[in-house]
Amino acid sequence: MTKLTNLTLASARDGLKAGEFSAVELTQAHIDAMAANKDLNAFITETPELALEQAAASDAKIKSGDAGAMEGLPIGMKDLFCTKDVRTTAASKILDNFIPPYESTVSGNLKKAGAVMLGKTNLDEFAMGSANITSAFGNVKNPWSADAGKDLVPGGSSGGSAAAVAGELCLAATGTDTGGSIRQPASFTGIVGLKPTYGRCSRWGVVAFASSLDQAGPMTKTVRDAAIMLQSMAGYDVHDSTSAPMDLPNFEAALTGDIKGLKIGIPKEYRVDGMPQEIIDLWKKGEDMLKDAGAEIVEVSLPHTKYALATYYIVAPAEASSNLARYDGVRYGHRAEGELKNLDDLYCKTRGQGFGDEVQRRIMIGTYVLSAGYYDAYYAKAQKIRTLISQDFKNAYESCDVILTPTCPSAAFGIGENEDDPVKMYLNDVFTVPTSLAGLPGISVPTGLSEGGLPLGLQLIGRAFDEETLLRTAGVLETAAGFTAKPKMLGA
Amino acid sequence: MSALDKDTVKKIAFLSRLEVPEEKLEPIAQDLSKILDWVEQLSEVDTDGVEAMSSVAEMTLHWRKDEVTSGDQPDLVLKNAPDQDDHCYLVPKVVE
Repeated sequence: MTKLTNLTLASARDGLKAGEFSAVELTQAHIDAMAANKDLNAFITETPELALEQAAASDAKIKSGDAGAMEGLPIGMKDLFCTKDVRTTAASKILDNFIPPYESTVSGNLKKAGAVMLGKTNLDEFAMGSANITSAFGNVKNPWSADAGKDLVPGGSSGGSAAAVAGELCLAATGTDTGGSIRQPASFTGIVGLKPTYGRCSRWGVVAFASSLDQAGPMTKTVRDAAIMLQSMAGYDVHDSTSAPMDLPNFEAALTGDIKGLKIGIPKEYRVDGMPQEIIDLWKKGEDMLKDAGAEIVEVSLPHTKYALATYYIVAPAEASSNLARYDGVRYGHRAEGELKNLDDLYCKTRGQGFGDEVQRRIMIGTYVLSAGYYDAYYAKAQKIRTLISQDFKNAYESCDVILTPTCPSAAFGIGENEDDPVKMYLNDVFTVPTSLAGLPGISVPTGLSEGGLPLGLQLIGRAFDEETLLRTAGVLETAAGFTAKPKMLGA
Repeated sequence: MSALDKDTVKKIAFLSRLEVPEEKLEPIAQDLSKILDWVEQLSEVDTDGVEAMSSVAEMTLHWRKDEVTSGDQPDLVLKNAPDQDDHCYLVPKVVE
């Protein structure tokens, strides 16, 4: 018998249906894998008992023919989704004792579809980071670390989810993406990460970072799995006024494998200075694979690309400073200990103790760019450039259907590297941020290995609410790339 | 132009309601200045006549009936409160 932890969502779904194994067996196999790989620190809170209970209920449903679309499939839940009666921390000390009395829409949708939750995965504090080194619950280790001979970051902010999927501790996991937090860790760990169109998945019950950018999505082993999981996560929600009131297409049915005649745009501005040759080569390879499959390659121009990152680092902190004002030590979460002189003292001490350095840095940047005298020079200016960036994509989609770019400018780097300078760390998101600012769907597909033997992904970007074409193209790229490498730690 | 000094950081920290220890003011001033210097590049973009974008969701908000759809659950609302009494949040004395 194949190892149950080797399965994909699709193959596990089929195996459960055919009665080859039970949901309890499948879940137990993953609980064992979690216990054996605690050094990855992929989970903040593990919920094995709850998972086995859910799995037993799933087995009963499968038997009685009431199985949901993800019935009995064990997944990880990024610890940014509020889960009823299960601690939800956002990887912050300020929420380390927070037990939500309600369920986020996305995690609730997955529950309804029958998915089994193994636990809450680690992340950068409040999803602010690109290396999963800002979590109050410790760094996450990339499962590919043994391949590099040193501890690597898994990327971030959804680093725990990425490590858990790549390390085969769960079949799939949820992520959230504000500027690349699904796609960049997917690229660093050799898995598929899909950020849907803004509005596709409800943000209700997801701890907010930057509300005009935050979007939940699946992190999976295959493109088919991404389609399956998105189907269960997405949909209109009356509780989120920015969720799209649209019917969902059948995403899995979009994977026809046929992209003949499709126009793939290559944005010339993404050829940034100092881009490593292996990234350039991989990008070209991806282009050739899609061309060989019958697509037409066209050059497109996204002229404001070089301003996207700076725009993002004004817009996102501005929204964060406002969103995170709710952590006041009064209603929930951490409250400062000791003598408190007055209410301001309570706020300042609680927040000073509760938030980590990167979160404090972003709150202060956001506060500054929104403050009197600077609002127009920074925030309003950035919002205008965001319009131009969004317009760039609209213009590009007049001559193409999908855009192909690298996901990241490098493979995973070592824990401790790039930490001396915040701007250097921000550069990780140079290729993913523009998509986020424009609200478009993007997917990272593992496409090759670096010279050092580490996974590299390519990013495909689609039109708004056209995840179908995006997934179809991603499926073709995945097949052509034939990425089957696995981290050494799995003994492959 | 965007170099922040310690006093400005102190002011921003208070606006943000963050207690920052004295010895951290200088390193934070340097970090924030670096970030602000870097975003300064945006000033070279011509944005005359460009509208500011606050949301990518091209939709108008729905109307719904103005009805009470939930409520009357003070125990749940207060479940995570650090300090409470008789269905009220407790805070340090604010009036002398």
